Amino acid sequence: MSAAGPILVLSVLLVPAGSALVLAALPGYRVAARLNVLASLTTFLVAFGLFFARPAPGRFLIVDDVNVVFIVLNTFVAFTTSMFSASYIAHELEIGRLTPTYLRFYHAMYQALIGAMNLALVANNIGLIWVAVEIATLTTVLMVGIYRTREALEAAWKYFILGSVGIGFALFGTIIVYLAAQPVAGEGLNAMEWTVLVRESASLDPALLNLAFVFLLLGYGTKVGLAPLHAWLPDAHAEGPTPISAVLSGLLLNVALFALLRFKMVMAGNPSALAPGPLMITMGLTSLVFAGFMLYRRRDIKRMFAYSSIEHMGIIAFAFGMGGPLANFAGLLHMTMHSLTKSAIFFAVGHIAQAKGTQQIAAIRGLTQSHPVLGWGLVLGVIAIAGMPPMGVFMSEFLIVSSTFAREPLLAVPLVGGLLVAFGALLYRLHGLAFGDIHGNTTPIEASYLPMFAHLGLVLVAGIYIPLPAVQWFQHVARLLG
Amino acid sequence: MDSVAFDVAHLLAGGIVLLSFLLLYQDRIFGLLNVFALHAFVLSLSVAWQAFIQGAPHLYITAAIALCFKAIVIPVALHRIVLRLGIERTIETVVGIGATMLVGMALVALSIVVMLPVTVASESLAREDLAFALSTVLLGLLLMVVRRYAVSQIIGFMALENGLVLAATGAKGMPLVVEISVAFSVLIAFIVIGIFLFRIRERFDTVDLEALDRFRGERP
Repeated sequence: MSAAGPILVLSVLLVPAGSALVLAALPGYRVAARLNVLASLTTFLVAFGLFFARPAPGRFLIVDDVNVVFIVLNTFVAFTTSMFSASYIAHELEIGRLTPTYLRFYHAMYQALIGAMNLALVANNIGLIWVAVEIATLTTVLMVGIYRTREALEAAWKYFILGSVGIGFALFGTIIVYLAAQPVAGEGLNAMEWTVLVRESASLDPALLNLAFVFLLLGYGTKVGLAPLHAWLPDAHAEGPTPISAVLSGLLLNVALFALLRFKMVMAGNPSALAPGPLMITMGLTSLVFAGFMLYRRRDIKRMFAYSSIEHMGIIAFAFGMGGPLANFAGLLHMTMHSLTKSAIFFAVGHIAQAKGTQQIAAIRGLTQSHPVLGWGLVLGVIAIAGMPPMGVFMSEFLIVSSTFAREPLLAVPLVGGLLVAFGALLYRLHGLAFGDIHGNTTPIEASYLPMFAHLGLVLVAGIYIPLPAVQWFQHVARLLG
Repeated sequence: MDSVAFDVAHLLAGGIVLLSFLLLYQDRIFGLLNVFALHAFVLSLSVAWQAFIQGAPHLYITAAIALCFKAIVIPVALHRIVLRLGIERTIETVVGIGATMLVGMALVALSIVVMLPVTVASESLAREDLAFALSTVLLGLLLMVVRRYAVSQIIGFMALENGLVLAATGAKGMPLVVEISVAFSVLIAFIVIGIFLFRIRERFDTVDLEALDRFRGERP
């Protein structure tokens, strides 16, 4: 079995890359959409195989306890989103918002994005992580602008500029990490290898590491969407095709945060370096409280859920900033739950916006009557994301709040305050969207419900019972994160 | 460390920072493009000098890329785009030139204050190179902030990238992977931006970003 490991990890990268090339050349959109689903499924199955056959860590690629579940989660959501995307784009083509040529481009970019995100997750070289995040950014910029309306172009431009500045800072941070590692690990590739950095972390120059971490936090933090660097996020989510919003929220934000976690592990190994906690706690709380209040003023349904993503990324950054086994455990769980829930919500929202022909919240009412399946799907999703009890998000938020109360009761006040503000906003908006008199179009729409309910089902199950191996894995990684 | 080698490296890196200041007060778009070409040219000299004193031949490739793409191809192409879009007018700045220069000086002071104390253990060349590089990065950022036109923002972004290349080459023995990728990212970025510019031009009659800013998605 051990021989299968390297093949598996290469396939996780090469299947999306190869499919991107094929899809770019393939004219028929129906075939392309199916091939997109098939390629995503293959990648998912291959990634799943990594649980059983893991390659030895190499100079460039590594599959360890920390990233293996993220790879599987990443490919799983990519697969379900490709199913959603197939029915979504069929409608977009029908109403003429996209043309077949653009669809070819869209599918190729989708696979390129998946490949780049997988690369960022399995990379063992801090330069390679940076390259992968950069490629992922560029592909999403192109996808956000694909409708070519005034708003879409503005969103893409803003995303591009802010994303580039962020990625520039991240590179500067990476260079400083290399400078810190060079006297210890020697010149060349060794000093950029993440496993070497973690092993030698105690002997790296703490002053350089501190400086590097500030740049990395600003750089990758821009991509995570932490306030005050979040300005691109709502626009990019609202103006791009909805499958891309789902992948952005559910996956790309996680990948950027994951890159940050890799560096946090290096910091954690050096006792005299600055503790990354307070910085992450501050940015996390700011994002949470700010996004919580901003949720009230949204008029566009996709923008609203984009702000909700900022809120949840804030919660996760806060949890990792708190550190310690319990808070890290909760943070990891919350990353997984948010990823599944938010993409399910975007699946629902995508079809709702298509059915109603608008994204304006004021024009959407009474969904549970006009489109019962979509409406109740949205209700379930919002209940989950707001953190109501039976769902998995409740569980992780509960863990974060209780561990904060136990250790830093004062920090728990703004945390709980922010959570309640966001909770109120989401339920208030949900009431208008899902119930009341029917507004707008009531014609039924061809939608794929399977991905949405599969995600929500997983979130529900996770809220009630998490299997022991999963709990053990989370605990193990939580300890590694320090 | 040979003192001549040190002085020349210093001179070139300092020259890049000086040119960044020149970029800040250009009030014509073609002037901006020309200064940027010079900026990239000095960068390529600096990288080549690093290749020479570090005995790292692969850095010559980075220098060549900086010279060909950033000092020649990109300015020429942008020149054409500007002509084609018909925006060869005065650049409108958000903040006055004087204030911008003052902020720029503060940023340079900031990067020296930040970089020099923490890099005491490193070689003196790497230290000061890094301080210069950070200044260039921050000045590029400032340029992006104070200009309204998309073209000037691109220049600001590329000046920022030049600072990154300076930092990467100053770090002794940094693997080739990264330098090539930096160069590539600039190239890709340029293509992307080019596409965007054409699209923006196609759709609207201006590449003034303020015109794009009018619609925020939040007004009913």
